[in-house]
Amino acid sequence: MGNRVIVGMGSCGIAAGAKAVYDQLEKADLGAELCMTSCVGMCYAEPIVEVENEAGRIMYGYVDSKFAEVLIQSVKSGSELPAENRIKEDEEGKKYLDRQVKIALKNCGVIDPESIDEYIAEGGYEGIKKCISSMKPEEVIEAVKESGLRGRGGAGFTTGVKWSFLAGAKNNPKYLVCNADEGDPGAFMDRAVLEGDPHAVIEGMLTAAYATGASFGYVYCRAEYPLAIKRLEKAIVDAKAKNLLGDNILGSDFSFNLKVKEGAGAFVCGEETALMASIEGRRGMPALRPPFPAEAGINAKPTNINNVETYANVPFIMREGPAAFNKYRYEKSIGTKVFALAGKIKRVGLVEVPMGLTLREVIEEIGGGSSTGRPLKAVQMGGPAGGCIPESLFDTPIDYDAINATGAIMGSGGMVVMDDQTCMVDVARYFLNFTQKESCGKCTFCRIGTKRMLEILTRITEGKGVESDISLLEELAGHVSKTSLCGLGQLAPNPVLTTLKYFRDEYEAHIKDKKCPAGVCKPLITFKINPDKCVGCTACAKACPTKCISGERKEVHVIDQEKCVKCGICRDTCKFDAIDID
Amino acid sequence: MSCADCGNIAKEAREIVAEVGSEPEKVIPLLQEIQNRHGYLSQELVEAVAEEIKLPVSRLYGVATFYSQFRFEPIGKNLIKVCKGTACHVAGAEKVYSIISEKLGIEEGETTDDQLFTLESVACLGCCSLAPVVMINDSIYGKLNPAKMGKILKEYADGK
Repeated sequence: MGNRVIVGMGSCGIAAGAKAVYDQLEKADLGAELCMTSCVGMCYAEPIVEVENEAGRIMYGYVDSKFAEVLIQSVKSGSELPAENRIKEDEEGKKYLDRQVKIALKNCGVIDPESIDEYIAEGGYEGIKKCISSMKPEEVIEAVKESGLRGRGGAGFTTGVKWSFLAGAKNNPKYLVCNADEGDPGAFMDRAVLEGDPHAVIEGMLTAAYATGASFGYVYCRAEYPLAIKRLEKAIVDAKAKNLLGDNILGSDFSFNLKVKEGAGAFVCGEETALMASIEGRRGMPALRPPFPAEAGINAKPTNINNVETYANVPFIMREGPAAFNKYRYEKSIGTKVFALAGKIKRVGLVEVPMGLTLREVIEEIGGGSSTGRPLKAVQMGGPAGGCIPESLFDTPIDYDAINATGAIMGSGGMVVMDDQTCMVDVARYFLNFTQKESCGKCTFCRIGTKRMLEILTRITEGKGVESDISLLEELAGHVSKTSLCGLGQLAPNPVLTTLKYFRDEYEAHIKDKKCPAGVCKPLITFKINPDKCVGCTACAKACPTKCISGERKEVHVIDQEKCVKCGICRDTCKFDAIDID
Repeated sequence: MSCADCGNIAKEAREIVAEVGSEPEKVIPLLQEIQNRHGYLSQELVEAVAEEIKLPVSRLYGVATFYSQFRFEPIGKNLIKVCKGTACHVAGAEKVYSIISEKLGIEEGETTDDQLFTLESVACLGCCSLAPVVMINDSIYGKLNPAKMGKILKEYADGK
């Protein structure tokens, strides 16, 4: 085998500069095959380039144009490969990777996602071949039940049981849907799987179709993920060409056709009845259940919906057997879970860990703890439907029930880490603003109740809160969650309730003392120059957009509070840490 | 509008429907195709497409106004999308947004008078490792602060 140079080309890798590196390598006449792969999950070290030769694969991170040149020279000349920037071998990489178990992400960042042959070479489509050649549909459902796989979209319903509902439905045709409308801000697990291993999702859906008798499927993908859509569409074409999709798959009488449906930007379409309305070309508004989708879904026909990560786990279960999957277990949570680590954390990226690891192990060991050097305060899990778990509860294991007990939810896998410079009232306001905008308007309390809650939170962050606001928030939260039809409204108060539960003192500081302890809420803070630290370098005065900083060179500067818009540019600019927030 | 325009609009509507399909479930892809071609949903073209697929115009507008992807005004030469995902929010997306809004004198959804910039915010671009992030046309800029953002804006204003 010849040498290969592989560039990590997921969306975020490209954004970090991987495309420029790829172009540079392409022009260089490497004397080695230039390939691409997707996100390997080590987002903190992007752009990433891997070099493969007889000795194996070496992964390099932080590849700028200068380091790319070093790589080019050593690959071309066949001399020793550089020792620095080997991100899998260094201390950081080991800590990041050692505790991870990759099942759903097995191929991500390893194979070329646009090559069906590379997927097959890694054991791809073996699971479905086994199903078709030697298993009855009921046996497939039994195997998935035995594996213990639960829906990875957030609710955690047992996948095998869900499939058995569709299998038992009498009406035809039956539909399958893959929910790839990953709407939680701060979550990018599904994007990474679709971009990195689209065939795994297709194989998962094929297995479900075989088990349930579905003949038609949709992948409902959000429009903000153009690369995922492109790779998925290519994967569908390639699978059809190999008779792995379409009519009479692999010569059997099993047929399944698959299409990609592009979403149009509506968070509520993550809810299954709304998603189906959107597929039918209507406004994506949730409907009352029953009837459940398994009875009357798309076009009033039986339908099963799972999310991307759930399907991506299936090929492994079928190929390796249920026992290989359910050996990872903690209480009632089985297998692994993918998380998108983001926020004020050192190693930002995509991780897959076995159930039962604690949040602390994920955040501090794998993620490397705080990126700012400041103490961590909380982690937000589950997006707008989830909650903020305080640092004091970081020893909570990753388990559906244990996470629910904190008031947050497992959710689809977003983990946004916050330090002491994050204002929890502002975070609650942020999420309420999001759900308020995304409420479809069908249920009165979701439509108007969230609006009133947002107004209250906004006035608290503006220093206009009154003492009764906290109890008013709690009362409204109860009404909104009890009287909403779908999960969006039912769970919308969670970010407020969890921050009230764990960070009530911050609310009180805003209301009673008119202070924002984290220094975030603009109306409650003032920027001041510390005369002991200011050296009069004039950098802040030059950067200030409103020209409200004055002072002679080499003398202490002063901010004119009347003109200051509190943008914080001076603080970011100052190299002497001389600008304080009061 | 001259009749030549009417004829062109009807022709384009037929083209779009032929390409995408005319079933009611194609309403969203049809609207997406109109927007792909023009950057926004022009009333004339939406009406012509509705006529072509024999659905009431209100049905198309009902769908179009529900989904945040659709715009009803033409956009400027450069489309700025400020990511306001959670990771970006805690990393200071608001500061980045403010500096753009202040420098260009426009708010969310608006276009500058010189038609150079349109400002939007999006829920999450999925590049959380680079937070805070802004997308201008097809390029993503990460790890921004107000000062960096100001420089990038200037490059575009100078005709990048």
